[in-house]
Amino acid sequence: MIRSHSRLLKSSLAALTAASTLLLAACGSDSSAPATEMTDAKPTITVYTSRNEHLVKPLFDQYTKETGSEIRYITDKAGALIQRLKAEGATTPADMLITVDVGNLWQAANEGLFRSIDSTVLDTNIPAELQSSNNEWFGLSVRARTIVYSTERVKPEDLSTYEALAEPQWQGRLCLRTSKKVYNQSLVATMINSQGEAATEETVKGWVNNLATAPFSNDTKAMEAVLAGQCDATIVNTYYFGRVLKKNPETKLALFWPNQSDRGVHINVSGAGITQHAKQPEAAQALLEWLSSPTAQAQLAQSNQEYPANPLVKPSAEVAAWGDFKADAINVEAAGSQQTAAVRLMDRAQYH
Amino acid sequence: MPHSQTSAHNQRLSRWLWQAPSLLAALLVLLPLSVIFFSWSSNETEIWQHLIETQLGRLLQNTFLLLVGVGVWSMLLGVSLAWLIALCEFPGRRLLDWALMLPLAIPTYVVAFVALGLLSYSGPVQSLMREWFGNDVWFPDIRGPAGVVFVMTTVLYPYVYMLARSAFLAQGRGLMDASRLLGQGPWKSFFKVALPMARPAIAAGVALALMETLADFGAVSVFNFDTFTTAIYKSWFGLFNITAAAQLASLLLLFVAVALYAEQGARGKGRLHQAQRRDDGERYILRGPLAWLASGYCAGVVLIAFIVPVSQLLLWAWESHATEMNSRYWQLIVRTFSLGGIAAVCALLLALLVAYNQRLQHRRQPNLLERTASLGYALPGSVLAVGIMLAFAQLDRHLINPLQALLGQAPSQVLVGSLLALILAYVVRFFSVAFGPIHSSFERIKPSFQEAAQTLGSNRWQVLKRIYLPLLTPGLLTALLLVFVDTMKEMPATLLLRPFGWDTLAVRIYEMTSEGEWERAALPALTLILISIPPVVILIRRSRNG
Repeated sequence: MIRSHSRLLKSSLAALTAASTLLLAACGSDSSAPATEMTDAKPTITVYTSRNEHLVKPLFDQYTKETGSEIRYITDKAGALIQRLKAEGATTPADMLITVDVGNLWQAANEGLFRSIDSTVLDTNIPAELQSSNNEWFGLSVRARTIVYSTERVKPEDLSTYEALAEPQWQGRLCLRTSKKVYNQSLVATMINSQGEAATEETVKGWVNNLATAPFSNDTKAMEAVLAGQCDATIVNTYYFGRVLKKNPETKLALFWPNQSDRGVHINVSGAGITQHAKQPEAAQALLEWLSSPTAQAQLAQSNQEYPANPLVKPSAEVAAWGDFKADAINVEAAGSQQTAAVRLMDRAQYH
Repeated sequence: MPHSQTSAHNQRLSRWLWQAPSLLAALLVLLPLSVIFFSWSSNETEIWQHLIETQLGRLLQNTFLLLVGVGVWSMLLGVSLAWLIALCEFPGRRLLDWALMLPLAIPTYVVAFVALGLLSYSGPVQSLMREWFGNDVWFPDIRGPAGVVFVMTTVLYPYVYMLARSAFLAQGRGLMDASRLLGQGPWKSFFKVALPMARPAIAAGVALALMETLADFGAVSVFNFDTFTTAIYKSWFGLFNITAAAQLASLLLLFVAVALYAEQGARGKGRLHQAQRRDDGERYILRGPLAWLASGYCAGVVLIAFIVPVSQLLLWAWESHATEMNSRYWQLIVRTFSLGGIAAVCALLLALLVAYNQRLQHRRQPNLLERTASLGYALPGSVLAVGIMLAFAQLDRHLINPLQALLGQAPSQVLVGSLLALILAYVVRFFSVAFGPIHSSFERIKPSFQEAAQTLGSNRWQVLKRIYLPLLTPGLLTALLLVFVDTMKEMPATLLLRPFGWDTLAVRIYEMTSEGEWERAALPALTLILISIPPVVILIRRSRNG
């Protein structure tokens, strides 16, 4: 018996060692690649991104095709990437950080991870309320966080504002995503900005009171619950609703644009900034400018059913079909500065 | 070989040398741990006050419920299944024997999203029930404590099953027969004789399951079920206070260290030895309804814990394979496989050297170094990953960069983002997984073998090579395969520390599930399970042969 075991162990070991050697060789050539390209005219740009590969890779590939500049990237959660940039300090290989939500962008800026860039291209392409006041980061796509309701059990005239969902007639009819998601933190942060902390806390307590079930881990599940009849309305990002529509155009869910008679729908961005210690700041800036250009904007927005940040670019036909709405005109940056306050407020309101 | 001339000085030197691997392993673990414990140098009273006021009570209660639930259920399930398989004969036993181990191949975070898809209010099961019995039909909340315990138990019971099964197999039927000859009934014999004899193995299995439960973040976050780990993440990502997060993590660690110490202490007192005797084939032959009951029970567990989730994944993968399958997919598989392989070999070598050193010193209990080295497994993966990243960043900055400056090179990241850092992270995390089986294999080898060989003039290397390695092979194989499978499933450290382009299947699963695209996560998840199955099957075959 022992003989057969040792043969098995030996062959496993041999296979694993062979694989490892191959890989180490591959990795050796990997790490030497950027060094050789440094002398080249076209530098390799290094990107840390919390946006998923299937969203960014097509854009990067196209950029490489158009300009010859190679882009290497790594994906992870925003918080982890920010921590990594902080730890790496001056020696970071990253030239650019791409992430979603102003909460994250503001945090990165607050940690001093971005550099301020002067670019007329970016200033023309991206509206002022979608970028940081000192040019450290720029919104690249816009999503609205809005109300989705069951067309079977809710009439649109029953809906009005985010705050109204806290009223007693919604008792046991509301579903929400967890407060741990940055999207909800930013929503509440902008509410603090416009309503003040006390009023916002009342609203959030009202929501919690009206919950039909414990908060969900994601928007899709919350919409499925509305569809299944567990609750009647929820608050989600528009592109998640877009995905539901794509799968089933006949779905008995619909979008509602709240707060049209006051501040407007809460919008948020995905965006990017050039790192403080970028090794290729010019090349990275060229990439960022390209990402704000009409071609890239159309592709970026379309691939995730978002709204382009560049006002010259029209949203896709599917997204346009949801109708026009008045967006909260507050600079998205304001959401970032109130984020910690929002998290604490939701904790106090027992919104988990 | 001038053995006769070996001076006392040389002997001391060589003893120190053999201590080196333990020192290395402990240092590796201490690197991230020190970063975590160092967090107490700053004062975060205000955050603590907020956490205590708003949620710590609830989180501790949830964590406690989860630990008790998973502990009790995985023990009941694991022990009962192990007993049936090891000592009874019933239809389908041979097949069920290894099928019961298969859930080990499924990462917890995958089972979680499959279970949520199937069993939530909007899922097919509850929808069907509402269709049949009306809207008021009661169904337990899959996202509540009971549901989470249920889901975690289906993936974690194999740890108990695997270890209890080996213990029962080693006992054989003889012990029970002896007890019954002495007038004890079957149940009493089981509880008074068989169970206490298997206690160390069962305790080790439950301990593994509980450490996984405590460290888990992926699964509980899918359910939005808040546990102590949630507080760590909340402090970090929500309140942007990594210091408070590290302080919380250090408390978790302290708790685990105390628990491990207590468990080892309890085990130490109850050290039992038994003759290495096997009664293969002598099982209680179950007949009639009893036999079918046994088959049904085991098959039911396999159905719920493996067949149903895999079928759901298959269905989803079929729907999405057109968008997901491409040439890069093979690269993902190759990378996953190779990272698992490299990490397994490294962890194996280190664990072997540490265990051998322990043996050389004639110690049965692990010393402080070895205890420290085992702590990596109990830390939430992300906390460990950040600890390692911060530690390596410091090394880069204070050691490598000055060196580079000395050599006239521009400062750059050497450790952070390197393959080496990632492999070290895996080794830190899974050292105890490798150490366990190797250590227990050593325990089974009589010290007299070594003494005999040394008397005959072999040095320590020769003893290791000629005496120990052949006898240790089964344990080494177990260690190798366990680390291999665990590494392939590992997510947070891989995400944070991987070099550019080193995406794995787990990374792809994360990317999809983080956006709630469960269907698209199905293909990588299924692939990960498929490549984990052969090692798991080898593991079982190995333990069957003993």
